[in-house]
Order: sequence, then C-alpha cells, then structure tokens
Amino acid sequence: MSQQDKKVESKESKLVRRNFLKMLGIGTACAGALVGTGSLVAKAQGTESATAVPPPKIPDYDWNKHKWAFGVDATRCIGCLRCVEACKAENGVTQDAHHFRTWVERYVYLEGEERAHVDSQSDAQNIAASGSEKEFRFDNRYKDAKVEKAFFVPKLCNHCTHPACVQVCPTGATYQTKDGVVLIDHSYCIGCQYCVQACPYGVREFNHVMGVTDKCTWCYHRITKGLQPACVEVCPVEARVFGDRNDPQSPISAFLRNNRVSVLKPETGNAPNVFYVGIDKEVS
Amino acid sequence: MIGTMAEAAPYVGYVYPNETDIPWSVLIVIYPYITGLVAGAFIVSSLYHVFGMAQYKPVARFALLTAVSFMFFVPTPLLLHLGNPQRAFNAVLTPHWTSAMAAFSYVAGFYICLLLLEIWFAFRADIVAKSKTTQGPLGTLYRALTLGSDDISPRALAIDHKFAFALAMIGIPAAGGLHGYVGFLFGSVKAREWWSSDLMPIIFLLSAIVSGIGLLVVLYVAYSKVRKVPVDADCMKGLARTMWAFLLVVLVIEGLELLEMFYKRLEGIDMVQRLIEGPIWYSMLIQWGGSLAVLAILTVLIVFKIRGKALETWMTVSGVGMMVAVLAMRWNVVIGGQELSKTMKGLLTYYPEILGHEGLLAVALVFTCPFIVLWLITRFLSPWEPEARKEGTS
Repeated sequence: MSQQDKKVESKESKLVRRNFLKMLGIGTACAGALVGTGSLVAKAQGTESATAVPPPKIPDYDWNKHKWAFGVDATRCIGCLRCVEACKAENGVTQDAHHFRTWVERYVYLEGEERAHVDSQSDAQNIAASGSEKEFRFDNRYKDAKVEKAFFVPKLCNHCTHPACVQVCPTGATYQTKDGVVLIDHSYCIGCQYCVQACPYGVREFNHVMGVTDKCTWCYHRITKGLQPACVEVCPVEARVFGDRNDPQSPISAFLRNNRVSVLKPETGNAPNVFYVGIDKEVS
Repeated sequence: MIGTMAEAAPYVGYVYPNETDIPWSVLIVIYPYITGLVAGAFIVSSLYHVFGMAQYKPVARFALLTAVSFMFFVPTPLLLHLGNPQRAFNAVLTPHWTSAMAAFSYVAGFYICLLLLEIWFAFRADIVAKSKTTQGPLGTLYRALTLGSDDISPRALAIDHKFAFALAMIGIPAAGGLHGYVGFLFGSVKAREWWSSDLMPIIFLLSAIVSGIGLLVVLYVAYSKVRKVPVDADCMKGLARTMWAFLLVVLVIEGLELLEMFYKRLEGIDMVQRLIEGPIWYSMLIQWGGSLAVLAILTVLIVFKIRGKALETWMTVSGVGMMVAVLAMRWNVVIGGQELSKTMKGLLTYYPEILGHEGLLAVALVFTCPFIVLWLITRFLSPWEPEARKEGTS
C-alpha cells in the first residue's frame, strides 16, 4: 500500500472514530438530559450530530460536489501497458502476473476466422516475452499471421452505480463513496472474497500478504487532490479519460457528450461508470 | 508467487488475469457439505419427533446428536478460509444486511441453540437419571446439565415432549433455511454463470437431505456393529424410502436444470459444455454416476422388499455412495463455478494444495472432528438404550 493510501485510510479511520465519538456524545447527551445534568455537553454534542452526511474525509474536498466517471477510447489504445505498470507502482499492487487493478486485453481477428483471439499482458507467452512478472508487454505472436482486425481494450474497476461487490460484503468493509467510487476499508475487511466472486468483471484481486481484497480506487488519493489517476496520467495516447461529470467542461463530460459509448455487461444491472468507445461484440 | 498464494490455476482460452488466483478453495466445498449433512440428519430426527413416524425412532435421538456434532464444525472451514479470521466477528457486530453472508452467524447461531435445546428436552430424563447415579466430575456435569430440575414424573416428561415437538417444528424450517441459505449464497451470485440459478437453494437443500440420510445410515450401521446389536429393519426400510424419494426429486430437478440450460443455449453455453467435459468431468461422473447407481440400488431394495443382511449391506453402500456423490456435487458447484471464467471465453483448473491452511489435509482434519465429537457425545449421552426401554411410550 502506498503512503498516500495509508493517509487516506488513516483519515477514514479517524472519521470512523469521530462518528463513534459523535454517537457516544449523543448517548452521553441523552443520559445527561435524563439526570438533569450536563446540559452544556448535550448542547455542544447535539449541534455537531445534526450533520446527516459524514463530513468530507479530505481537507478542502467535498465528496458531495463530485461525480467521477471514466472513459476508455479503445480505438486509441496501443497496448503499451504503461498504465498497468504505473498502477502497480502507484498502488503497491502485488508484483506478479495474477494480481492487477487494471489490465489491457488484445483482440485479434485473423483472416477467415469468426472469433477473436484474446489475451492480456498476464498471458504466459507475453510474460515470457517480457521476461518478468514486474514489467509487461505484448509479444509479437501475430507477426506472420494474416490479421484482419485487431485492437486493445483497457480494463479496470467500473465503479458501478449498483455494485454487486458492495451488495455482498458481509461487513460493509467495501463501500461506495458519495462521489461514486467503490473503496475497501482494509482495516475492516475479513478476507472472505465474496466480493471477488460477485464482481462480473473480475477486477477484484486478493492481497495474500494482508489477507484482504484489493481493487482499483481510481487513485482516490490522487483525484481528491485534483490529480488524475495514475493510469490516465501516463497514457501516451489519451485512451483513458477521467473527470467529474458534475463539471460540463471536464474531459469525461466532453467524452460522453461527443461519443456514442457503451458499457461492459450491462445485463448484470450493475450500471458501470467506465464508458467505452470502439469496442467490439467480442469484448465482455 | 507472492505470500501464501497457492499455485496460480492453469487455464485455457481467455480468462481475466485476476481469476487465476481462485478465490474459494476446497474448504468452501466442505462448508456446504457439512451444513448439508446437518440438515439431512435433522430432517430424519424430525420425521419421528414431528411427524410421529415410529420406524425412525431408533435413530431419532442419534440423528439429533449427529446434527449438532457436525453443526459445531460448520464455521470452521469458513474461519480457516478467511484472510483475517480474527476479524470474523466484524460480520456479527456490524452485519451488512444486503449481504447473504452477513446472516451466517445469526442463522448458524440460532440453529445451534435450537439443536442444543431440543437435545436437552429429548435427553432430560437420561440426564436426570445419570445425575443421580454418576459420581465425580462427570456426575457434577450431569447435575449441572439438569439445570436444577430433576422432575421426571409422567407430567414433566409430557411437557418435555411438547417442547421437543415444538422445537422440532421450528427446526424444520430452520434446517431448510440454513441450507436454503447456503444455496442462496451461491445462487445469488449473478457474476457466475454456473451458480446463478433460482433452483440453487432447492437443489442444495434436497441434496443436503439425501447426504444427511446417507451419513445417518452409515453411522447407524457402524454404531450397531460396534454395539453388537441388530440394525432395526423397519428403520432401514424407512430410511431407504426417504432417501429414494428425496434423491429422485433432486435428480429430476438437477436434470431439468441442465436440460433447460442446454436447450436454451444462451451465450456461453459452449464453455459450460467444455467445463463439464473438461475440468469437472470426473466429479460430474461421480455425482451423476453415484446418484443414479444409488437410485437403482434403492429401487431394487424397495421393490423386492429386501430385508436382513442384504438390506443392511446395500443401504450402507447407498449411504456411502450418496455421501460421496453429494460431496462431488458440492465440488462441481463451488469449484466448477470458479473454473468457468467470467469471460465465458476460458476455463481454469483448480488444483487443491495438500498441506497449508486451505489444503486437503486441513479439510480432512476438519471433516474428522465432527465424528470424534459425536463419539464423545454419544459416550456422554447415549441415544440408544433408554429409547429401547421406553419403546412405545410416545
């Protein structure tokens, strides 16, 4: 876990503590009122507890004012995989070929074939080509083949409006923020992996060292400071677009306005918030 | 590989990169299996305690002890599987109610309490008798378990009977709920093609009952051999019929589900077919082959009114067969579901580790514990002799 992540989390846990203290305050207030003492405490605590929504977790950041969304223009992606490596570095993702917060899929139609050949950077041949499970590249296996059509599709957490992963979490350790991001409280996750099962997109992965589930946060520690997610930041071709839907001038608002977009597996009812341009029927 | 992760699962076709780390191991196969055995054993005891079917009397109280011994170990595989088992109570203290899993501790806790209460009422007369004749620490334990009531007058026993009846009545929907819940846990996961079925709770429940009856048959015959007493033929006949009926229904429902799946041929059906022919072919063979073989044996036993030694032997074979077939079914569901990639373009193969906290050894140990506990409990509270004395009193 990165330092920034830890900071966000420690702030979150402070918030939990603050809420607890607030509840304690209400309890104290009631008790105080009952015995006719401590009316001052009741007043002081009563005022603060009037706030229904928990206050923003990050200074100068109001999560009620944002609505984050992500766009992927698959026609631009060149499969360089800088995004995958940047994500791993930024977020301390397990350094092997089986744990990713984001990845890139390659779809190749050969002449005369109806179904696409699909692989990702974690494919054994691609790992062999890169020579490491820490650096990623697509191999050149189609060099001599007659390729009819080929394209790359970046994948990441869809931060769904109705996330199945949040629905099935038995403790509430994974939750949805007001600004539309699905996060995990690593200090509360019991590691049952029900959420890993429930995600139709396979974006959740298990951190075996910490014994908790992990996932893409859209770099919540960055976006709440006005920065772009790491994968967006490093993309050399602007295949990844991120922004605030509440802001009509944001890149994502323009992306959604100017393109006919689709989402992955809409039939699940999860209502994803990663919008795609230029994907094919084979992509799921 | 990093940390404690087992070998990444090999795959064919295209699977999402994270899928190669299979989330639910063989421990989660054993969890619904043990739960199912509990539900099945309980249903048999209820056939006598609620429905008054006298032929089940010889095993009714034993079935209760079997159910509770296995119920004690239902949470064990789950705890062993958790990444942070020390936080397990988070789900109890702050349950997130949209999650089926949040209900586990409440459902299981309620059911254990219910079983213990029913056992207390069913065994109270024996506990009182033992408390008067046993000396030493064991005697103290019996006296403590009387909870200060040593009234075993016919009136008091009648009251006990009423309570046991009421608890058994509540126990039937509770057992159904407990196992239907396990089915829901899988059936409600829309991301997994192989799990997401409305029939899952019903299939889980019915197969649970069949496996529980199988367990009871095996244990009853084994205990009779050890105790050197004859197996009650009427009881065996009854168990054969019950097992046959439940098995037939579950096979019909499972068969219809597969038929519908292949008839509808929705997107991805090719991969489902390859799953059945590929990674789970042997366990499908055990499940279906075993079930059909047991169904054939039971049919012959019932139609030809087989009695005596042959009935005993073939019922034992059927019991073992059903336990194995249902275990294979649990494997097919839990592991098979995860071997079918969410991409519907690839298949994974899960190989369980041998050692390690999610390995086969752990599973074997977990599954041995209920038998040891059952043996200890039956030493402490014998479900046999007093029943023989009280023959015909209920």
